[in-house]
Amino acid sequence: MSAIVSVDNLVKQFGNFTAVDGLSFTVNEGDVYGFLGQNGAGKSTTIRMMLTLIKPTAGSIKIFGKEILHHRSDILRQTGAMIERPDLYKYLSAYNNLSIFAKMSGIKVSKKLLMDQLEMVGLQEAADKKAGVFSQGMKQRLGIAVALVHNPKLIILDEPTNGLDPQGIADMRNLILRLSNEMGKTVIISSHLLSEVEQIANRMIIIDRGKKIVEGSVEELLDPEHTVVDIDTTNNEATQQLLASSKWNDYLQAEKPLQLMMNKTQVPALINDLVAGNVQLLSVKASHSLENYFLSLTTRHEHVEAFAN
Amino acid sequence: MNMWRLLQIELFKITRRPRTYIAFAAITAIVFIFQFAFKADGQSYMDLMMQSAKDEFAFDRVEAINGYFMCYIILNTLLIQVPILVALIAADSISGEANMGTLRLLVSKPVSRTQIILVKFAAATIFTIFLLVWMAVTALFLSIVIFGTGDMLVFRTKGTESMIMQITKDDVMWRYYAAFAYATVALTVIAALSLLLSIFADNSIGPIIATVCIVIVCTIISNINVPIIDRNVKPFLFTSYLVGWKGFFYIGTNENGNTIKGSLENWPAIRNSLMILIAHIVLIVGISIAVFRKKDILS
Repeated sequence: MSAIVSVDNLVKQFGNFTAVDGLSFTVNEGDVYGFLGQNGAGKSTTIRMMLTLIKPTAGSIKIFGKEILHHRSDILRQTGAMIERPDLYKYLSAYNNLSIFAKMSGIKVSKKLLMDQLEMVGLQEAADKKAGVFSQGMKQRLGIAVALVHNPKLIILDEPTNGLDPQGIADMRNLILRLSNEMGKTVIISSHLLSEVEQIANRMIIIDRGKKIVEGSVEELLDPEHTVVDIDTTNNEATQQLLASSKWNDYLQAEKPLQLMMNKTQVPALINDLVAGNVQLLSVKASHSLENYFLSLTTRHEHVEAFAN
Repeated sequence: MNMWRLLQIELFKITRRPRTYIAFAAITAIVFIFQFAFKADGQSYMDLMMQSAKDEFAFDRVEAINGYFMCYIILNTLLIQVPILVALIAADSISGEANMGTLRLLVSKPVSRTQIILVKFAAATIFTIFLLVWMAVTALFLSIVIFGTGDMLVFRTKGTESMIMQITKDDVMWRYYAAFAYATVALTVIAALSLLLSIFADNSIGPIIATVCIVIVCTIISNINVPIIDRNVKPFLFTSYLVGWKGFFYIGTNENGNTIKGSLENWPAIRNSLMILIAHIVLIVGISIAVFRKKDILS
């Protein structure tokens, strides 16, 4: 599978602050690539560099095998993007907004093309309504239509589910899957929610403070072998002793007294053993180790922010 | 991408914005107030002006208030305020897009940043032209309809001396066409300046205020009559040339002091002023392109 995007040792500094620090990753043709990180991790800065909104301090970005800074127009003609909020011209109708950005993408625009696009995102009825009166979900869908109108090969969506209700999130997820599965598009989707990315992406990267933490296939990174089980009981000390003297001792984690790491399929057996041992369970929470790690990143920064405030 | 297509898109956006029409409405209101005031009590104004003029001048004061004279009076007042109206649109060029969040979408399209600035500048210039055409329609042609035509009187202060010049009515129109063309160039400098300032801001209020402040400060400096400023500062300020359009109404005279039809008192000065204004435009647009090409779009 050929690489559509190759980012190599990318650096972006704003004064003394390093927003992106030696980041490298590859997105292959047909990938739905999850770009994960907490707020402020450097996702949007990286995406902005990929779209030439920001100039890198160092490193290179190749899209379709060409250096973005030298082949900007060629690359952007085949790239569709929605960057953070889908802000559009509030005083123009959905149709006119779409028409303007379609023309700017260099394609021949027809009424049919624009209406088909609006229909695809479910906005055909609102074609003549001004974007200023749209709900967040409608704006998001119009933003997607703008990103797709010129039939790009690569689609970059920066936090596309921000501000959407559960139905809107499900619709967005289905649309992204359709773009990938039925239309063969390569999609990069940034998010700060692992649960969101794991449902649609086949490969992903996690970044923190501008640096790559981990990159790989979702299957590989979310291997059920690395399921973390947190237990809470009426008597945690006794439960700890019980587990330590059983076959589950090998799975106990050193960092937390009632935390175990195992294959997801072993969780029912663990619960059975605890019940058989007369342990009164308050809760059993199974999550992936990557999710735990990702959560720890988020929590850490929240603590720092809370402390700073 | 085709520049013409981009310009069409830009003009489409401008025409769809309610803000665009504020300037046209303001001009219309001011012109109507002038016309109403002069229709009702123009005679008092003429009496006042005659008191300050030393020249012994024989003319019919009622006929002197004609469409040509009215337009000159209106332009004298309006062309000082119009820069603010031009700034309303031009200062919104980039900052307005940044404020709406559409700038990042615009810059991520296969259009170069140089093209974006050139198209924004062209659109602001076209807006300025339309503004002046509208001013010509209301202040000149409508005044002609209301007040009729006749020889035109020009009140002028030269040094400490006030004087009145008379231009025959068949010698007036070309001067107005030339004056409006000059005013377009002068106001385009304001449009270019507003565009440059709009690159640095994320909302249009800042660049509008900054443009107005620069125009006010430079105008004040342009009016300070101290030799050191006359020699070293004024020649470099665009505001020193903003009212250069008046030169088209300063008619040339022969050795006997009689006016020469179709002549200008100092054409080389007008031409130099125009060249300096055009140089300002080229310089400011050039700086705008250089700044915008390097700018990180963070909005």
